[in-house]
Amino acid sequence: MQKKLNEFSILVSTVNGSGSATANNALMKAIFKMGIPISARNIFPSNIQGLPTWYSLRVSEKRHLARVDEFDILINLDKVVLADDLKKVKKGGLVLCDQPLAPELVEQFHGMQLPIQEVLEKAESPANLNVYLMNMVYVGVLAALIKIDISLIEETINQHFSHVEKAVKPNMDVVKIAYGMVTNEMTEACPFELEKRNLNEGYIVTDGNQAAALGALFGGLQFSAWYPITPATELAECLNEYNPQIRNDPETGKATCVIVQAEDELAAIGMTIGAGWAGLRSMTSTSGPGLCLMAEYIGLAYQSEVPVVIWDVQRVGPSTGMPTRTSQGDLTFSYFLSHGDTDYVILFPGNVQECFEFGWRALDIAEHIQSPVIVLSDLDLGMNNWMTPKFQYPDLPIQRGKILWEEDIEQILKKNNGKWGRYTDLDGDGITYRTLPGNTNPRAAYFARGTGHDEFANYTEEPDVWKNEHDRIKKKFKKALEIDPHPILERNYHGKIGFISYGSSHYGTEEASDLLNAEGKAVDYLRIRSIPFQTEVNEFLQAHERVYVVEANRDGQMAQILMLNFPELAGKIHKIAYLDGLSLTAQSIITCFDDQEKK
Amino acid sequence: MNLANMVERTNSAGLTRNDYSGESSTLCKGCGHNSISNMIISACYELNLRPEKVVKFSGIGCSSKSPTYFLKNSFGFNGLHGRMPSMATGALFADTTLKGLGISGDGDTANIGLGQFKHLVRRNMPMVYIVENNGVYGLTKGQFSATADYGLSLKRQGQNVYLPVDIALEALAANATFVARSFAGDPKQVKEIIKAALSHEGTAVIDIISPCVTFNNKENALHSYSWGKGHEDPLHEVEFVPSRDEITVEDFNHGEMREVALHDGSTIMLKKVDKEYDPTNRKEALKILADAIKNRWLITGLIYVDPDAANMLDMYDLPETPLNRLPVEKIRPSKETLEELNQKFI
Ligand SMILES: Cc1ncc(C[n+]2csc(CCOP(=O)(O)OP(=O)(O)O)c2C)c(N)n1
Ligand code: SF4
Ligand SMILES: [Mg+2]
Repeated sequence: MQKKLNEFSILVSTVNGSGSATANNALMKAIFKMGIPISARNIFPSNIQGLPTWYSLRVSEKRHLARVDEFDILINLDKVVLADDLKKVKKGGLVLCDQPLAPELVEQFHGMQLPIQEVLEKAESPANLNVYLMNMVYVGVLAALIKIDISLIEETINQHFSHVEKAVKPNMDVVKIAYGMVTNEMTEACPFELEKRNLNEGYIVTDGNQAAALGALFGGLQFSAWYPITPATELAECLNEYNPQIRNDPETGKATCVIVQAEDELAAIGMTIGAGWAGLRSMTSTSGPGLCLMAEYIGLAYQSEVPVVIWDVQRVGPSTGMPTRTSQGDLTFSYFLSHGDTDYVILFPGNVQECFEFGWRALDIAEHIQSPVIVLSDLDLGMNNWMTPKFQYPDLPIQRGKILWEEDIEQILKKNNGKWGRYTDLDGDGITYRTLPGNTNPRAAYFARGTGHDEFANYTEEPDVWKNEHDRIKKKFKKALEIDPHPILERNYHGKIGFISYGSSHYGTEEASDLLNAEGKAVDYLRIRSIPFQTEVNEFLQAHERVYVVEANRDGQMAQILMLNFPELAGKIHKIAYLDGLSLTAQSIITCFDDQEKK
Repeated sequence: MNLANMVERTNSAGLTRNDYSGESSTLCKGCGHNSISNMIISACYELNLRPEKVVKFSGIGCSSKSPTYFLKNSFGFNGLHGRMPSMATGALFADTTLKGLGISGDGDTANIGLGQFKHLVRRNMPMVYIVENNGVYGLTKGQFSATADYGLSLKRQGQNVYLPVDIALEALAANATFVARSFAGDPKQVKEIIKAALSHEGTAVIDIISPCVTFNNKENALHSYSWGKGHEDPLHEVEFVPSRDEITVEDFNHGEMREVALHDGSTIMLKKVDKEYDPTNRKEALKILADAIKNRWLITGLIYVDPDAANMLDMYDLPETPLNRLPVEKIRPSKETLEELNQKFI
């Protein structure tokens, strides 16, 4: 039999709150440690206990890590969804569940009943732990069938329970007994197999929220206020966890970063902007509903020129929408956030490594241009474990932008014959020099406000002053281009057609580009990483006859913004926009692409 | 003319009263808020505060405009309607040697900002929080605020059919550690209370009845000058004694006194008016406020103080150097630290 080697997908369905995360994580990590590229996704309900939850794994030597919606292997412990789950399994797939397969299905699949009761009895584990331990049965069985190195499972479980060592043995007992119950013949008959590779050298496994939190802490974050909301909560919880570990001053032991759980997002953004104004590198993290509440305050930060980072881990909106499902639906809202004319730097991390990188870089950009920076991550990146290159230490020293302390003011006054105010554009780049509370120079103090003001921050409604001030503010966003991340040409097949994508839609897009190329359709792919658009975006649009913008929202929000920015090229821009709460698959992108190309 | 009289007087910080002034006010003539601004200037002058050690905050409203009318050499931030407390909370972490001074209105605090107000108080962030309470929205031209008197009628608004929010009571319910009430028409008391509040190491709430002469100054309105003058019932006369002033026996020999020591060594001397009142007793404070509502009294003075309560900054072990002056080396962990973390994630 020709086995499928290192290129297949697994769906695990369990009931949420049953502790299957430990089992699933053990599978993912062990395969990762075997050196085979892998991606994992949790599809879970907005609920704490008792509803179906899915975990999907995709192993891919070719490094195709996008979601798939057809699976090679199904592990099902939730009878309620078994019939539906079976529809997602390819013919000839492997099905492991805790009941015998119906006779009409035996033909279609390689079925096996998981020996759950038997294993648990043999393991003599305490009955109260059985609900959790039963998940370890499928770990052991699957490991034996597809040849996962069991010592790597043990390593992972040791890591997982490093704080509760006594939990390791009962879990491993179950894994080993289950593993032992799979016969050689059964393994031989299994159509899927893993073989060690060395493709994950230099990689780690973590999620985008954790990466963002660590990135910010390495970026010199000094203040963060937040309010719990799925799928952003873990970001702030990671700040809480790591802040005392890595940000207490090694000499004095004192805290150099403050984390506050606010009473709501109105307060979270208020505190964060207050801190940013007073000279602390500050960030808040939230999701769509929270961003809605923050809108007015972010407009104030734009208007009074306060550096601040808003990290939005997107979920499906509008309204409560689907809180535990992913989307890229907050782009248009972010782009136009607040009433009046505004501009924002918006960053799009496309993988976990970039969540770390933009964690520190966003703080630099915000202070550089003295304006809010919005980072659009999403649930797919934020809450799933990903293999990712090790975090890279920032390659730039911390950029604090134009800040004047006591002495600096004297010098700047000397240089400019005494003429300087908070909003005086001395350098002609729109970015002015700011002072921070506590500065004792008699010229330092100013009164910040959201109302119209002159260069000395004094209230005014003078028409010319308003216009000039806001023309100046606009200039800052040209300056931002100097330090904003550039787009990446992810695939260059020298085609006449192009894909543009961003954020977590990257995975589906890159795979679609590869698959189309294999069919002889060359589609290049540019991944946008920031707004305002760098010149490469314009060049890419110019260089292609048709460009499809791939994104996980209904209306094609990025496509619309591109059309606004490049009206003369708008005719070339087409949408591949799709939102159902799941990250895009290569197949759905290709279908949509082919449909439009036929026309 | 004596030449000496022409030299402006300076306080022990070497500053004149003018050094504490601001732009000239654009509020209506006779607005209670102006008189409060003046008392803030006097209090800071008399306390020898350095203006650069004070940071001003405000929300939106006529009241919230007033921070530009005093302490021109202090930093300040005029924020959003009802959401000054959060902004102040974040900013005050940057340099904990600075004194926060927040100015709000009754609409700003008791309507749109009630939530943020109560959370500020609950966390006990050290700052003075003054509500210039006129029972109306001044800046939007005379609508009822949540502190408007029950039954009050105003031009174009009809009659107020809802019971008012009592700011001092709300503060106490949120476990405030300093609650005072005063009346803009009693500048001496306003000033002494502001001085005491500036020495309190927690959130110091001062509810100051501050008549809006344009939209709410009817004879019988609780927030009017005439009503305030007629119904003010001081709990005591307040005298604030900064820590460095020596208290002489002679000064305080007369009348009956009660002394409340604040954390920084200063004291508030309360001279008995006609009743024995203990401002450190929360139960008493709640009762006196309830009685005042029942009897339509304007109780003024220091209603409650707990000088020793832990404040928000105590919850964080912050370095001596203000956070906003930490050099960049202090806020980025080492390469080795990152390498260790990377190892954890393999
Ligand atoms: C979000 C928002 N809603 C409404 C307003 C309009 N507004 C400005 S001031 C004000 C009321 C101010 O009343 P108060 O705080 O009592 O201040 P006063 O003018 O009476 O001193 C309102 C509703 C605003 N600025 N912002
Ligand atoms: S409208 Fe009322 S509150 Fe506003 S400035 Fe005039 S008197 Fe003061
Ligand atoms: Mg008012």
